[in-house]
Amino acid sequence: MDNLLNEVQNIFRNVFDRPDLMISRESSASTVDDWDSLNHINLITAISKAYKVKFALGELEELKNVGDLLDLLHSKIKSK
Amino acid sequence: MQHKTMSCLAFDDILLSRKRLRRELLACPNLKDVRIAVLGGTTTTEMVEFLEILLLRDGLRPTFYQSEYGRYYEDAVLEPELVAAFRPDIVYLHTCSFNLREYPGVACSENELDSFVSAELSRFRAIWTSLHNSVRCQIIQNNFELPSTAILGNLDTVSAGGATRFILELNRRFAQDASAIPYLTLQDQFGISARLGLNQWFDATRWFSYKISNGPEGSFAIASSCAALIRALLGRSRKVLVLDLDNTLWGGVIGDDGVDQLVLGRETPLAEAYTAFQEYCLSLRARGVLLAVCSKNDDEIARQGFAHPDSVLKLEHFSAFKANWEAKPENILAIAEELNLGVDSFVFVDDNPAERAIVEAQLPQVAVPDVGSDVTDYSSIIESYRYFEPVSLGEEDLARANLYAENAQRATLSQTFSNYGEYLDSLEMTAEIDAFCPTYLERIAQLTNKSNQFNLTTRRYTLAEIDAASRNSQQIGLYGKLSDRFGDNGLVSVVLGSIDDRRLYLDLWLMSCRVLKREMEVAMLDVMVARARARGLSELVGCYLPTAKNNMVADHYEKLGFSSLSRNEETGATTWSLDIARYEPRSRHIRVLEPVHG
Repeated sequence: MDNLLNEVQNIFRNVFDRPDLMISRESSASTVDDWDSLNHINLITAISKAYKVKFALGELEELKNVGDLLDLLHSKIKSK
Repeated sequence: MQHKTMSCLAFDDILLSRKRLRRELLACPNLKDVRIAVLGGTTTTEMVEFLEILLLRDGLRPTFYQSEYGRYYEDAVLEPELVAAFRPDIVYLHTCSFNLREYPGVACSENELDSFVSAELSRFRAIWTSLHNSVRCQIIQNNFELPSTAILGNLDTVSAGGATRFILELNRRFAQDASAIPYLTLQDQFGISARLGLNQWFDATRWFSYKISNGPEGSFAIASSCAALIRALLGRSRKVLVLDLDNTLWGGVIGDDGVDQLVLGRETPLAEAYTAFQEYCLSLRARGVLLAVCSKNDDEIARQGFAHPDSVLKLEHFSAFKANWEAKPENILAIAEELNLGVDSFVFVDDNPAERAIVEAQLPQVAVPDVGSDVTDYSSIIESYRYFEPVSLGEEDLARANLYAENAQRATLSQTFSNYGEYLDSLEMTAEIDAFCPTYLERIAQLTNKSNQFNLTTRRYTLAEIDAASRNSQQIGLYGKLSDRFGDNGLVSVVLGSIDDRRLYLDLWLMSCRVLKREMEVAMLDVMVARARARGLSELVGCYLPTAKNNMVADHYEKLGFSSLSRNEETGATTWSLDIARYEPRSRHIRVLEPVHG
């Protein structure tokens, strides 16, 4: 799970072009600068592409923070 | 900045690292500003981010205005002053099939369909006119991808009520307008989406979540095509294709292997692939792209390659020719000077990654696509970058187009024939029939080993045996190549005879089945008789050795007018004779070219 956090952190860094950005399970759109609706699309698109997973409608709306996102991603990778 | 990564930006790089790429590219010197207003029927931000990177890569620094999602009509028709105040150089109207207001519905009749199409067209014409009046700049407008679902199935394209049919009709009308209205440039989203595949194109989740109707690959395809159109509108399409020779325009190394051993023509799959790439280059030249050679070779030897009988490209097709041992970047600069064009209008194609790398590093303005080393991929990779995008065709192109149109008409005229001979004449067949020569020895040997049906004796020969036959004065070997209106069939027939006294014994007679019933065997006989007569021979003797597969030629000699000599009741083998003195040439439908090898 720590590994996954690191990988996803790399995607965040690329998408936001902030090489030293640190994220944790508690990070969310309200705590990370620039996490607006456009970057949100880019983030989800990049994660879907990197892990070859698809997020269903509604799944993403329920996420409160990065931790929730990681758990959802983890369950999708495992069930592949 | 590393140009290695920049000139060949791939989708994955741009998708993941577009912000970093943007920052790095913005630091490049000499960027030319361009102002682009994007009026979208969907959320255009993702596509615009891709477009920005692609334009920056090509030396343009775009500033964008983007309408709010779905407000393309309002921005253009009701409040055009907002767009006008932005002072765009180009307005891009990006819409998709979800934006079409009223589909006819399944109950629509043939008579009603036109009113639906016209209504939709009028709405877009109002947009174009309003923008033209208030902004006065070029407008790029896409046509429409096919609907995400065709509820009538195959009938969807036939019935007046089908959504597919509706879009096809509308696209046809868009094309007519784009052709008639000088300030309107059409983007073929119908084609772009089809090439990607509609199932990959549409992404319902993104449509419902973000109002982007396609996946990221689709956004990238739209952006790539839009960038090409913008470059073209600004006069920045590339104009010159610079080509390496060995393993790029032909297989093999001409300096080591010699012209006869080059892989080119129709005889092997790889040879066909090199020929197809040459044809692609020639088609680019036909629409105005200049071709140039840049090869590490001896000049004289390099030029010989274009004398190869199967080289579609000839020396006269090249506007510049540099074959020497200097570094390629220097030769490319010399070509630029010779043609009086900037290297920023050049595309360089070479199978050798080291040559590509040095050109990329030394001349970053030259486009160097990573074509790999498989000739099968070259043209599709070059195409994917849309380097040579035209916005219209010049008079010269049109004159050429007229010529093509006449040819097409000729083809339609001859669709019905009163007899088979008339059909054969309509094929406009030309044959090259000549003595065995080094270029074709391999193909000849190969044919003797794989032809089973049209093969009178089914004797197999090795390359060495064919080579020996070609040098033996007591043997006459002929190959035949046949071309017709539809293209070159390649080397399709072989006849080999041995001289004994005043007789020529036909040891081998074979033909590829792809040219059956073309009277190619008659043309072969004409030439063989002429050669035998010139050697003072009086009689041809042929034999048929039956196998499980060659029954189709059991009456071959009889049909050619030979008289029967004998028949072996046990094996079914027959022998036949033809009197050379009384023979008159019989070929009526194939024009036989003058021999070159004597």
